[in-house]
Amino acid sequence: MAVVSLRNVGKVYPPQARNGASVTAIDGVSLDVEAGDIYGIIGYSGAGKSTLVRLVNALERSTSGEIWVNGQNIAALRERELRQVRLGIGIIFQQFNLLGSRTVARNVAYPLEVAGHPKEKRATRVAELLDFVGLADKAGSFPDQLSGGQKQRVGIARALATQPRILLADEATSALDPETTHEVLALLKRVNAEFGVTIIVITHEMDVIQTIATKVAVMDQGRVIERGPVFDVFSNPQAAASARFVSTVVKGVPSPAELAVLRDRHPGRIVTLAFRDAAVDQKAVFGEFSSAGVAFEVVYGGINEIQGRPFGHLTLALTGADSVIDTVLAQIRTLTTVTEVR
Amino acid sequence: MDALIDLLPELWTATYETLYIVALTLVFGGLGGLIVGLGLYVTRAGSILDNKPVFFVLNLLVNFIRPIPFIIFLAAAQPLARAVTGSGIGNNAIIFTIALAASFAMARIVEQNLLTVTPGVIDAARSVGAGPIRIIFTVLLPEALGPLILGYTFIFVALVDMSAVASYVGGGGLGSFALTYGYRQFNPIVTWAAVLLIIVLVQFVQFFGNYLARKALRR
Repeated sequence: MAVVSLRNVGKVYPPQARNGASVTAIDGVSLDVEAGDIYGIIGYSGAGKSTLVRLVNALERSTSGEIWVNGQNIAALRERELRQVRLGIGIIFQQFNLLGSRTVARNVAYPLEVAGHPKEKRATRVAELLDFVGLADKAGSFPDQLSGGQKQRVGIARALATQPRILLADEATSALDPETTHEVLALLKRVNAEFGVTIIVITHEMDVIQTIATKVAVMDQGRVIERGPVFDVFSNPQAAASARFVSTVVKGVPSPAELAVLRDRHPGRIVTLAFRDAAVDQKAVFGEFSSAGVAFEVVYGGINEIQGRPFGHLTLALTGADSVIDTVLAQIRTLTTVTEVR
Repeated sequence: MDALIDLLPELWTATYETLYIVALTLVFGGLGGLIVGLGLYVTRAGSILDNKPVFFVLNLLVNFIRPIPFIIFLAAAQPLARAVTGSGIGNNAIIFTIALAASFAMARIVEQNLLTVTPGVIDAARSVGAGPIRIIFTVLLPEALGPLILGYTFIFVALVDMSAVASYVGGGGLGSFALTYGYRQFNPIVTWAAVLLIIVLVQFVQFFGNYLARKALRR
């Protein structure tokens, strides 16, 4: 069952100046996030992804369409009614947004105060949460005494305080270094696995999607231009923008400039082989070259693991008689996709 | 010098009166400033109680009253002071007038200090279901407390200044003392004694304000 379901959602900002044009931030987006998903939404700055996630907990109001959260169309609710809905949706931010005047423990307790939990219950829950994020010893510290990664872990503890079923992560790792990023992503994975919290991750880093997401939607100019399971989008991106994002983490087919460099060094024929999943048997492919007596050298590419499945492209420089190579390639084409690059 | 020694009882009375006037105007003006400043902040476009007409009126009012030179404001607000306190002159009247003027001066300072609170923490509070009133008391005011204390320390000096000017309409205090016994009697030593006391008073309050602000900011 979809816990978050967007139906043709739009967000148009009114013109800033008298003669200015109105700005369409979100343009007819429909999206279903199933319970237990870690749903990644990726796009360049200004693609509308942050606006989109802020519509899900109504920090910003949509101007058209329906937003179903836990079976309720929140687009139709008033501000007062939304407060109850928001207790069921946690959010973490790029800049952490912790209250500087409160200690770590009182930051985590804040949502519980708002929800009206009694004091003793709050203390127990806060201790539990700080333990979960590994910051039990920092309960009495103030946010400005913590590192970025620690601040985000406090943010996660705070977001989970009222046991929401949905967690929104708005560029949650974009202000962190790569190592801390992976710590925080690992923590989010645990949140998903141990508590069954559905997570929507907004990011501009494909690396984040690769590490954590099960499904991905690519946004461009306020629209979702591609969506699907992460493996499918990575191994076979349809839209140009998707392909660009994929190429940031996966070395695919060499670009013309890279090819020119390869050509200089390898005057023979160059082919790119796609290896998708276990469906393609690498041993069989390379066995064909050996048995035909065609020598090869791997000159470009790599194999990645996405959601536990291997995937990648390898570009080979071949040495051998043209006719022999043609026969071998015809044979290999029955096993996998072969692109001859010239 | 002898004249000053003779005037010591009056000097102490004047000091007490200044403290009295400044303390009361700080309370009333400070509260007024806090309310108007919060009003400006929460009703501005995109804020938690976004309300164009209310913001427009408050903003206009502040811009209208703030630039009026205080000595003219004192005269202009006299009928209002008379209606509220029963008299157009004397300490009660000037406390009312100073508090009124200070409210609008302080309103801008409060508004500016609240604007330093990152909008993100307000988003964070809204995202857990906090309403506007709760956000004001649990987020806005605590997060801006350090700068607000410095703002109030700053306005304290302005209040001492205004209380001296207000001796023109029969207010007591060190300003009145310096004018009556120093300036008009051609006795600069008496004037300087009042100046010295004011400097000491301001230094002490500034020091105390800095201390409190540092505590609030934990730096």
